[in-house]
Amino acid sequence: MATQDVALMAHLMRRAGFGATREELEERAAKGYEATVEELLDPETQPELNRFELMRFHPWLWKPGTLPGMGSAEWLWFMVNTKRPLEEKMTLFWHQVFATGVSKVDHYHEISNMINMLRDKGMGNYRDLLIELSKNPAMIYWLDNNENHADAVNENWGRELLELFSMGVGNYTEVDVREASRAFTGWTFEPSLPRGPIGRWDWEFIYRPEDHDDSEKTFLGESGNLNGDDIINIVCQHPATATFVARHLYNFFVADEVQVPAWAVTPPRDQDAIDLLADTFIESNYDMKSVLRVLFNSDFFKNSRYEHLKSPAEVVVSVLKLVGGYEFPAPGIGEMSKQPQYMGQDLLNPPSVEGWHTGVEWINSGSLMRRVNFTADMVGDINKPGVQSIINRLKSNGTLSAEGLVDNCLDLMGPLEVDSETRQELVEHANTEGEMNWNSDSSSDSANERISEMLQLISSLRDYQYA
Amino acid sequence: MTVTKKDPVIVVLQMSGGNDYFNTVIPYTDGRYYDNRPAVGVPEDRVLKINDKIGFHPEMGPIKTLYDQGNMAIIHGVGYANAPRSHFRSMDIWHTCEPDKLGTEGWLGRATKEIDPNKENVVTTVSFGPSLFRALTLPGVPVACVDDLESFGMLTSIAEEQQRNKIIDRFSRLYSPTIGSGFVMDYLGQTGLDSLAAADILKVAPEQYSSNVEYPDTTIAKKLKGISQVHQAGLGTRIFYCDHGSFDSHSNQVGMHDKLWKDVSEGVSAFFDDLREHDAADNVIMLMFTEFGRRVHDNGSGTDHGAAGAAFILGDKVNGGEYSEYPSTANEDLEQGDLVPNIDFRSVYSTILEDWMGLDANPLVGGVFEKPKFL
Repeated sequence: MATQDVALMAHLMRRAGFGATREELEERAAKGYEATVEELLDPETQPELNRFELMRFHPWLWKPGTLPGMGSAEWLWFMVNTKRPLEEKMTLFWHQVFATGVSKVDHYHEISNMINMLRDKGMGNYRDLLIELSKNPAMIYWLDNNENHADAVNENWGRELLELFSMGVGNYTEVDVREASRAFTGWTFEPSLPRGPIGRWDWEFIYRPEDHDDSEKTFLGESGNLNGDDIINIVCQHPATATFVARHLYNFFVADEVQVPAWAVTPPRDQDAIDLLADTFIESNYDMKSVLRVLFNSDFFKNSRYEHLKSPAEVVVSVLKLVGGYEFPAPGIGEMSKQPQYMGQDLLNPPSVEGWHTGVEWINSGSLMRRVNFTADMVGDINKPGVQSIINRLKSNGTLSAEGLVDNCLDLMGPLEVDSETRQELVEHANTEGEMNWNSDSSSDSANERISEMLQLISSLRDYQYA
Repeated sequence: MTVTKKDPVIVVLQMSGGNDYFNTVIPYTDGRYYDNRPAVGVPEDRVLKINDKIGFHPEMGPIKTLYDQGNMAIIHGVGYANAPRSHFRSMDIWHTCEPDKLGTEGWLGRATKEIDPNKENVVTTVSFGPSLFRALTLPGVPVACVDDLESFGMLTSIAEEQQRNKIIDRFSRLYSPTIGSGFVMDYLGQTGLDSLAAADILKVAPEQYSSNVEYPDTTIAKKLKGISQVHQAGLGTRIFYCDHGSFDSHSNQVGMHDKLWKDVSEGVSAFFDDLREHDAADNVIMLMFTEFGRRVHDNGSGTDHGAAGAAFILGDKVNGGEYSEYPSTANEDLEQGDLVPNIDFRSVYSTILEDWMGLDANPLVGGVFEKPKFL
C-alpha cells in the first residue's frame, strides 16, 4: 500500500503533471518531495520530446495550413509522453487562460506555433510572456489587432488584454481600453506567402510604425507616447494583475473556484493563499517558477487532495499514462485526440476568448457518460502494460480477500480515499465471488477478470472524476 | 403529465459550418447569380426548378419531392442583425438566442424544462452526436446524448450481459444521493442516475423497430434512423437533435456541396418514408438550419462566411411554400458582400414553439417575434 510519501507524491503528480504510474511515484517519493518540485520546475534537466519522430509517422503534422492536419493529436502525444510534466501542464494552463481558437484563426500551423510558444515561455517571466503573446500572429488575428489602425482603432485585443489576460474587470475604465488599444496600433502580421490552394503559409509578426498612433496617451494615470510594451509594463505593475494570475493558478492547480465572471463579486475561497501567491509574483518580478515553487510547497496545496474536478484533457491523458502503451505515435492517435472534444474540451478550439468553464461545469449528461465509458474502457483492458503492472502487484499478495482486492485497487488507482458507504458497496461487489488467487490457469483468468471489473467500477466512481 | 404517441415532436437537423444559401435555394433567373458565382455557380440546366424564380441544388431531388407535396416551408433570408460571421459565435447565438452576450442556456433546454418540469421522463430530449449541443443545455435538465443507439449506455465496455447488469446495478447504488456530500457530488450523482435511466429506456427502441425502408449508408442517415427508432418506440421523446457537416465550403465547394446535399436529402427522405410507413409522421416536424449563409461572390474555389441563410421546416402538417423574401442580390444592398437577413431566426423558433409545441415562446427565445405561418 502507498506510504504517506507516495500518496502525497501522487497528488503532486496529478496536479503538476497528468499523473504517474505507481513505479514512477515510488521513484519520485524516494528522491523526496522538495527535490521533485525542483525537478519539475527545471524542465531543461529532462530530455525534450522529438517532434521529428512524430512527423516521421504523421507527415501531416508539418504546415497543415487551413487543413486540420493532426489537429490536437500532436499535443495529446506531448502531454502523454513528456518528461517535463509541469512544463506541459503550464502549456495547458496558459491555453485555457489565453484562449485562442482554430475555428476563427483557421490556421492550424499558427495555432500549433502558439502552443509551442506557451510551452517555451510559460514557466518564465509573465511580462515577457505577455509581450510574446502580443506579437503572436494567431493571437493578433484572433483578437483582430491586425484591424487596429492609427486612423481606425479596434479595441478587441486592448480590451481582452486588460479584462481576461491580466487585471480583470473593475480595474480600468473604457478610456483605458481605448488608450491601450491605441498603443497597440501597428502591431500586426503578414503572411510569408499568399494564401494558396493548399491553404495558409506562415504568418510573421511585423510592427508597422506608419500605422502606429504616435500621439500622447494616458493609461491608468501614466502619460506619454505609449506603445504596447509600455502598456504591458504598467499592467504588470498593477496589484490586480498579481491577484488575477494567483486566482487562475489556484483554480487550475489547487482547488476549484467560482468562474472568472464571478471574480469581481465573489472573494477567493482562500484569501491567504491568493495573497501569498500574488505577493510572490510581485516580489519575484513576475517569475512564474517562483510562484509555482511557493504553491507546490505550501500547506494549502498539500491539503487539497481531490479538490479539483479533472478537465477532459486531464481525464484522457491521465488514464492513457496510467494504462500505458501510448508512447509510440501509432495510427489511431488522431481519433484518440478527439476524446477530450467529446467530453466538452475541444483543444485548440475553445468556444470563445473566455476559454472553457471549469470545475463542475465540465459535467453534463453527455460528458459524464463519455468520461466514465472512456476511462473504464481503458482501465478494463488487462492487456495494457499499466494494467498488467497493477495486476502483478495484486498478484504478489498470493491470495486476496474481497476487502484486499478493493483496498489494493483503490490504492493503485490513486490512492483514492472514498467514504465508508462507497467502500462498502465495492466490497459487497467483490464479495459476491469470494477470495481470489492465481494458483491455476482458470483461477488466474478469473482473478484478472475480477480485477478488470473492479478497476472499471472504481474509475466510474464520482470520486474518480477528481484529481 | 400524460404522454401519448401523438404529442408534437420537433426534430432539429443542424447543418454545421454555414450552408451556402445562394447555392441551395438558387435564384436561377437572376443574372447576378451567375455574375457572382463564376467558379461554383450551378448551371441553369441543372437547377431543380420549383417555380419561375427559384430552384434547388441539383442533389436535392428527394427534398424537392417533399416540397412539391406541400410539406416543406422555405424561410428566406433568415438570420439576425450584426452577424459576426464567426462559426462559434453564430452557432452560439442560434443555440442560446443571445446575440449580444455569451449565453450558456439553450432554447431547447428551456423548452425541455417547460415540457417536463418535474423530470418525469429523462428521454424527453434526445440528441444524436458525440457531445451535448448548447441548444439543449440547461443545468438540471437531462438530455440523452446518443452516439450509437445500439450501444448507448454506461460502462458499455463490459460485454457480457449478466456481468454488465450487476455492474450497472452497483453503479446506480454508488451514485445514489448521500447526505452531506455537497452540491457537486449530488449533481454528479443525479447526472449519472439520469444517464442510466435514459439508457434503460432507450434500449428498447432498436429492439422494437422493424421497417421496410432502407436508409443509405451515411452518417446522417444513421442518426435519422436512430431518431426514427426512438420516436416509433413511443418513449415520449418530444425533442430530437442532430447535426451534419461540415458545410464550411471555403474551397472545393462544388464536389463538397454535392455530396453533402445528396447525403442529407436521401437521409431526410428515408426518414419521412419510414415514419409514414408506420403512421408516425403526422406529429413530427423537422427544422433544418445553419449558422449563416455564405458570401455572394465566390472566392475562386468556394465561398466565405456570409450572413443571411435559409431554413427549412418539413413535415406532413407544415404549410408548404416560401416565407419571407429572398434578400436583394444587388451590390448596393449587400453588407460586407453578404445577403442581408430580413427575418430573425427567433421568429422561426417562435412559430415552432407556440404553434407546434404549444409553449409560450417569449421566455424561451427572449422576446416576442412575428411568427411566419408555416404551421
